[in-house]
Amino acid sequence: MLAFLILLPLCAAIAILGGFSARGTAVLATGANLVLGLILAALWSNNPDIGSLSLQVLDKPAIHLSLGLFDGMSVTMMLLSVIVAFAAIFSGKCPAGSEKLWYVSCLLIAAGAIGAFLSTDLFFFYAFHELALIPTFLMIGMLGTGDRKEAAWKITIYLAFGSIILLAGLLWLVSASGANSFQFDVLLAAGTIPEPAQHGIAALLLVGFGTLVSLFPFHSWAAPAYASAPAPVSMLHAGVLKKFGLFGLLRLYPMVSEGIQSWVPLLVILLLGNILWVGMVTINQKRLDSMLGNSSVMHMGYIFLAFAALAESGGANDIALPAAVVLMFAHGISIAMLFALSDRIQQATGTLELRELGGLAKAAPRLAFLFGLAAMASIGLPGLANFAGEIMVFLSGFRHWTPAYDLPLGQNFTAVQLGTICALWGLVISAVYMLRAYRQTFQGKPVPATDNAKDLSCCERMPAVILAIALLVVGLYPNSILNFINPPERPSAPLSQSDN
Amino acid sequence: MNEAWLLLILPLAAAVLIQLRLKRIPALAAAVSVLSVVLTFLLSLIFAASDTVDEAVFTWAAAGDFTIKIGLQLDKLSKGMMIIVTGVGALVHIFSLAYMKDDEAKARYFCGLSIFMFSMTGIVLANNFVMMFIFWELVGFSSYLLIGHWYQKDSAAEAAKKAFLVNRIGDFGFLIGILMLWGLAGSLVFDQMALPAQGPLLTAAVLLVFCGALGKSAQFPLHVWLPDAMEGPTPVSALIHAATMVAAGVYMLFRLQFSFVDAEGIRQGWQLFANHSGEIIAWIGGITALLAALMATQQDDIKKILAYSTLSQLGYMIMAIGLAGHTETGHANLAGESGMFHLYTHAWFKALLFLGSGAIIYACHHEQNIWKMGGLAKRMKATTLTFVIGTAALMAVPFLTSGFYSKEEILLATLGHDGGMTPLFFVAAFVAFLTPFYMTRLLVVTFLGKPRSHGAEEAKEVGGLMLVPLVILAALAIASAFVIEGIGINIPAMFSAIDPRSHGHHPDSAVTALVLGTSFAALFAGVGLGYFLYKDRETDPLENNDLFQVFRNKFYIDELYLKIVRIGQDCVAAIIHFFDEFIINGLLVGGLSRSVGGLGNLFRRMQSGNLQIYALLFGGGILLVVYLTVFFTS
Repeated sequence: MLAFLILLPLCAAIAILGGFSARGTAVLATGANLVLGLILAALWSNNPDIGSLSLQVLDKPAIHLSLGLFDGMSVTMMLLSVIVAFAAIFSGKCPAGSEKLWYVSCLLIAAGAIGAFLSTDLFFFYAFHELALIPTFLMIGMLGTGDRKEAAWKITIYLAFGSIILLAGLLWLVSASGANSFQFDVLLAAGTIPEPAQHGIAALLLVGFGTLVSLFPFHSWAAPAYASAPAPVSMLHAGVLKKFGLFGLLRLYPMVSEGIQSWVPLLVILLLGNILWVGMVTINQKRLDSMLGNSSVMHMGYIFLAFAALAESGGANDIALPAAVVLMFAHGISIAMLFALSDRIQQATGTLELRELGGLAKAAPRLAFLFGLAAMASIGLPGLANFAGEIMVFLSGFRHWTPAYDLPLGQNFTAVQLGTICALWGLVISAVYMLRAYRQTFQGKPVPATDNAKDLSCCERMPAVILAIALLVVGLYPNSILNFINPPERPSAPLSQSDN
Repeated sequence: MNEAWLLLILPLAAAVLIQLRLKRIPALAAAVSVLSVVLTFLLSLIFAASDTVDEAVFTWAAAGDFTIKIGLQLDKLSKGMMIIVTGVGALVHIFSLAYMKDDEAKARYFCGLSIFMFSMTGIVLANNFVMMFIFWELVGFSSYLLIGHWYQKDSAAEAAKKAFLVNRIGDFGFLIGILMLWGLAGSLVFDQMALPAQGPLLTAAVLLVFCGALGKSAQFPLHVWLPDAMEGPTPVSALIHAATMVAAGVYMLFRLQFSFVDAEGIRQGWQLFANHSGEIIAWIGGITALLAALMATQQDDIKKILAYSTLSQLGYMIMAIGLAGHTETGHANLAGESGMFHLYTHAWFKALLFLGSGAIIYACHHEQNIWKMGGLAKRMKATTLTFVIGTAALMAVPFLTSGFYSKEEILLATLGHDGGMTPLFFVAAFVAFLTPFYMTRLLVVTFLGKPRSHGAEEAKEVGGLMLVPLVILAALAIASAFVIEGIGINIPAMFSAIDPRSHGHHPDSAVTALVLGTSFAALFAGVGLGYFLYKDRETDPLENNDLFQVFRNKFYIDELYLKIVRIGQDCVAAIIHFFDEFIINGLLVGGLSRSVGGLGNLFRRMQSGNLQIYALLFGGGILLVVYLTVFFTS
C-alpha cells in the first residue's frame, strides 16, 4: 500500500515521458496520492504496520528497501508531502514547451520526498532524498527566473557538501552502532553508541543535516534558490524536502543523545543565528520572493529550538518532539501557500518588487484574503497551525525549568531557556517583515501594476484553499496531529528510547 | 458541556457565516452580527445571576504528560466583565448599523466585529494563561483588521500595522513572563497556581507579564499605537480602543490578583505585586495618566482628544492595579478592585463619548477637527446632552456620575496607611485637574460659539438608530456605579468590595475629607480654567506656547521611536544583510564551497559546462560512493 504513494508519481512521470498529457497525469497522480495518504493516515492509528513492506536488496551489509509508517512523525510528514505535492503540481503555471520537464521533475521531487519519509531503512532514506534533489537543481537551473544559474550552482554545491558530510556521519553511525543493518528499528534497538564516537557523529550529523535545513551559517543557498526556482519547486523544497534534515535528526537522535547534548550550547547560538540574524536579513529584503525565502530560513530556527530542548533534557522533554513535528507540518504548509500565492502575484502584476506593488487587495480581494491568511499563519496567529507549533516550542524550552531563588537571576536559566527568551524576539521580527510586505503589496492605493490585476479564479484558488484548510484544522485542533505522535498505547520511539 | 460555551460559539458562528456566505448580502451580514451580540448579552445577564462555572472539557493540545485545555471560568469577575463586553458590544453594533450604512465593505466590517467579540469573550472566560494568550493575540488581530478597515488609506494601513507591531513587542515580554510564571507557580491554570515565594525571579516574571498589559492597554512607553488607531471607524474606537480591548491588560493583571485563593478562601494574588514590580507598575500607570492628559490638552482632532483621555484613564487603572501590592498604602488589597471598578464605569461613559463623537463626525460630514466645528449644541440637542453627561462622568462630577465613585476609590488607594500623601497622590490629583480642563476645552470649542465650517453649519441631529445607544449609555454613565435593586444582580459589587453608597467609608474621616476636597478643587479649577480660556475662541490661545508645543507634539515620542526603528532596526538590518552576503556567504562558508566550486568548474569544463549533466553525475556519483563505501566497509 505504502509503495503506491511512491510508485504513483514515479509511474506518472514515466507515463508523461511516454507521451501522456503532462498536466492531467501529474494532477491525477498527486490527487490520488493525497486521497490515499489521508486514508492511510486514518487507518494507521488502528494498524501501525499498515502497508509496510520490506525487500532485502543486499545481504552483506543488510540493506532493505523497507517502507513503513514508523511513528507519528512519519505519518505527519507523509501527510505534509502528499498535501504539498498536490498543491504544488496543481498550482504551478508551466511555461509553454517545457511541460514534460516541469511535471516530470515535480513528480520526481514528490516521489523522492515521500520515499524518504516512508523509508525505514537508512540507506533508502538517504537515497530517496538525493533522488529528489537532482530534479530540484535541474528545475532551478533550467526553468528558474532571475539569476538562476548562480542560484542553481549555489544550492547544488551547498547541498552536495551537506550530503557528503551527512553521508560520512551516517556511515560512521552505522559502523559504530555495531548493528549490521541499516534498518531503523535494528539501529535504534542497538541503543546508544559508545561515548567518544558520539561527539564526532553528532557533529557530522548536525552539520550535514543542518546544511540541508539551512542552519546558520550554512543557510545562504536557500533564499536565492527559492527566489529563482519555479514556484512548485520552492513549495516542494521549502515546504517538504527541507524537513528531511530535521526529520533525520529527530529520528536518529536517541542513538547519539549524549553527543548532541554536548553540542547544545553551540546549537542554540546557531539557531539564534537563524532566528535573529537571518530575521534581520529578511527585514531588509526588497522583493517578495526573497523575503519569503529568507523567512523560511528563519523559521527553521524554531524547530531547531525544539530539538535543542529535547537534546538538553537528554530526551526527557515530552513537549519538544511533538512541538517540532507540528511546526514542521505547519511551516511546510504555510510556506508552500505563500510561495504559490506570490507566484500568482507575479503573474497578476508582473513584478515582485515590493516598491512597485500596492493596493492589490482592491483588484484581487480573494488573493489578498488567502495571502493574508498564509502570512498570518507564518507570523503565528492562533487558530492557524504555526501558532500551535510555536507556542509548544516555547513551552518545551521551559518544560524543565527549575527556578532557584538563591542563585543570581541570570544563572537560573540554561542555554535553551536563554535561547528561548532570545528566540521570542523573532515573533516581533517576523511580524515586522510580514506585515510590511502585506502592507506594501495589498494595502494603500492601487498602483499601475495592480490596477487591473486579475483575481484568482475558482480553479486557481483550489490549491491555496486546501492548504488553508490544513492550516485551520491543525491550528484549531493541534491534537489532530498530536494524536498521531503520542497515541496513548504506543509512545513514540525517540521518547521512550532515551528515557534512561 | 455547559451553555456558557454559547458565549464563545455565537460570535464565532456569526463571523464564519458572514465570511463564507454573506459577503455579498451586507444587510443580512449586519443583522446576523447584531443578533449574535444581542444574544450573548442576554446570555451574559442570565449567567450573571447563575452559579459559578469552571470547567475544562476540551483538550486543545496534548504532548506527553502536558496538556493545554480550553476551559471556561465564569466566576464573579468574568461574569461582570462579560456584561461590559457584550453590553457595550451590543450598543456599538446597533450604532454601527447606522454609522456604516453606506460603507461598501459593510459585511467585512461586521465580520471583523464578530471576530472581535469572539476573541474578547475568550480572554474574559479563559481559565488558563495559554488560552488567554491565544485570544489575546486574536483580539490584536481583530483590532488590526478593524483599524485597517479602510486599508486603501495609507494612514489607516500604517496605523493598523503599527498597532499590531507595538502589541507584538509587549507580547514578547508577556510570553517570557507566562513561561516564567509557569515554572514559579507550577501551573498555567489560574486556579491551580501556587503562590510563588518572593524573590527577584518573581519580580521579573510579574513585570514581564505586565509587558503584555503595556502593549494591550497602551501604557507608556508602548502607548503610541492607540492614538493612531483612531484611523479605524469610530464605533470600533468606542468598542475596542476605549471600552473593552484596551482594558484587557487591566483585566489580565486583575485576573492574577483574583486567583491564588488560600485555605481560608482569601485571595492572595495581590502578593504577586508586593515587591518592586507593584511599584513600577503603579508608576508606569501614573506616568501614562499624566503624560496622556498633558498631550490631550493640545489635540485638535476630537477622536484624538478622546484617545488620549482613554490612555490617561487606563493609566489610572494600571496605577491602581500596581498599588495593590504596595503594602505601604492603606488599601493594598482593595486597590486592584478600585482599578477594575474604574474599568467598569469607564467602559460605559467612554463608549458614550466615542459614539457621541461618531455622531458629531457623521453630522459634520466627516470633519474631525474641533476648531472646524462649533455651535453644535443648537443643532444637535440630544447628542449634545448625552455627550455632556459622558463628559461629566469622565470629569468625575461628584455624587451624580459613576466616574466620580471609581475615581475616588483610586485616589483613596494612592494614600498611605496614615492618610499621608504619596507622590502618586499628587500625580493622580493633577490628572484629576487636567481631565476637566481638556474636556471643557473640547465641549466649549465643539458645542458653543458659531459654526466654523460648512460641515458644522449643515449639521443635523442624527437618526434614532444612533441616538438610542447614546441615550442608554448616558443613563449608564450616571447609574452604573449604583446598585440597581430588583434585578437581582449587583453589578458594581462584581468589581468593588466597596459599596459606592457608603462612599467615604474610610476609618479616618480626615482622609475622606482630603480626597473629596482634592476632587472638588481639581474639578472646579479644571472646568473654570478651560471655560474662560476657550470661550469664544477661533484658535487655540496656547498653540504657540513653547511648553504646549511639546504637548501638542506628544513629547516627540513618535519621532524618537521612528528614529529608533530607522537606526535600530532598518540600518542594523541593512548592515547584517551586508555581512550575511559578503562575509558568511562570500568568505567563510563561500570559501569552503568555492573550493568545491573549483572542483565543480573542473567538472564543468570537462562536461562542456552543463549544469544538468553535473547534477546527474552528482546524484549518480553519490549513490555509487554510498554503495561502494557500504560494500567495502562491511
